[in-house]
Amino acid sequence: MNSIRYLYAAYAATWAIHGTYLLILLRRYAQIRRDMQRLKRGERQPLA
Amino acid sequence: MSFLAITRSTLAKDIRIEWRSKDALNAMLFFGLLVVVIFSFAFDPTAEESRRIAGGLIWVAILFAAVVALNQTWARELRNQVLDGYRVSAAPCTPLFMAKALGNFIFVITIEALMAPLFIAFYKLRALGPAWELLPVALLGTWALVVNGTFFAAVSLRTRSREIMLPLLLFPLSIPALLAMVNATTAILSGEESPRFWVALLIAYDVIFTTACLLTFEMILEAE
Amino acid sequence: MKRGLTFLGVLTGLLLSFALYEALVAAPTERTMGDVQRIFYYHVPSAWTALLLFLINFAASVIFLLRRNTKADIVALVSAEVGVVFCTVVLVTGPIWARPVWGIWWAPGDIRLTTTLVLWLIYLSYLVLRRFSNSSQTPVVAAVVAIFGALDVPLVYFSIWFFRTQHPSPVIGGGGSLDRQMAMVLLINWAAFLCLAGLVCWTRYLLEVAKREVDEAEALETLYEGSR
Repeated sequence: MNSIRYLYAAYAATWAIHGTYLLILLRRYAQIRRDMQRLKRGERQPLA
Repeated sequence: MSFLAITRSTLAKDIRIEWRSKDALNAMLFFGLLVVVIFSFAFDPTAEESRRIAGGLIWVAILFAAVVALNQTWARELRNQVLDGYRVSAAPCTPLFMAKALGNFIFVITIEALMAPLFIAFYKLRALGPAWELLPVALLGTWALVVNGTFFAAVSLRTRSREIMLPLLLFPLSIPALLAMVNATTAILSGEESPRFWVALLIAYDVIFTTACLLTFEMILEAE
Repeated sequence: MKRGLTFLGVLTGLLLSFALYEALVAAPTERTMGDVQRIFYYHVPSAWTALLLFLINFAASVIFLLRRNTKADIVALVSAEVGVVFCTVVLVTGPIWARPVWGIWWAPGDIRLTTTLVLWLIYLSYLVLRRFSNSSQTPVVAAVVAIFGALDVPLVYFSIWFFRTQHPSPVIGGGGSLDRQMAMVLLINWAAFLCLAGLVCWTRYLLEVAKREVDEAEALETLYEGSR
């Protein structure tokens, strides 16, 4: 049956979309981690 | 000063400026002319075909042309800190919005009036339905585009690259209005159906969004 | 809080695998459409989830305008973003289903698919606005735009509804009442996707809170550097 290919395509596409979004979130998270590290290093100078 | 007085004086000022410079009008007219000519070459439709496609062409051309006028609505007021002056003045801001929207409405209607004969000539248009019904469709449809356009031009003032932002915000929101305008025009030109439903939809759209704009404009103006 | 997140993650994983099994194996095969009908178990729950998230976005925007509460603003941003993701799933799986069943990828007169497309465009422009404007007043402007978008939805629905009655479109498959077992599978899948949405939203919320804190610290740092 040919139509089963459409079924698999749809399910694969769904997970590809969710996966892509999660990857984007992961990259943003890494970026924030880097910023935090940088800020921490900078903050050794006393504030005020 | 009353609502009407502020509206009238702001509107008169804008029209006077536009009358002396004719910046927006010329740009819109040139743009519209270009669209008419290019599409007539691209399709070269018969009278029968053009009845079906003209509705879409006219309104898309007007929509793109209107963005030119909408984009410079508020930009002009930024230059000499006019908006800041407005913010600190005691005058309410809804009449300012009303004046700007009415001004844009007048400019776009003028362009439509100038471009209508061109469309008729280039696309061999002859309405099979009652042609006078095109008038309310044009008035209601133009107001639908312009009221949200003026509002979102103010919204996009706060963004980077505001000239790109306006169409991005305006076009998705205008889809129902555009659909109504296009289908009403097609219905009148082909004379096959009544445009009644579409006109009703336009009226609903106008009422809803005019109210929403007037209610929330103050927040947008104050936001900076 | 961290334990709650882990718990939700495990629950989501289990539910999703169970739902996948139910959708692919346990659910009965539809008579006329065959196996393609199983796309429904992903398509419809995604659509419901997206709609729910947009509803949350609207509510959060209204609350933000009334109370000026930062949490409400973050909720609005997060729900719109995750809603767009689920909406994308709907828009991709819809045509993949339509192709073998209707013989065409896209029917402009189909009310639900087209309304979803317009919704997707509206909320995408909302997200672009948030991205492009970086003043302190962005939340106010964004909340106003979100309310405009929500006002537009019924108008979009009616306009396409009338458009469709003018132009006959392919009939929605299945028709009539849904088979009992199929309805169960559909609900299980919805529960699974709701959990997934909740999980993603929660993570995204924490991420946004962290990002704002970092931005604030960065601004303070710059001020401090400048004053030295």
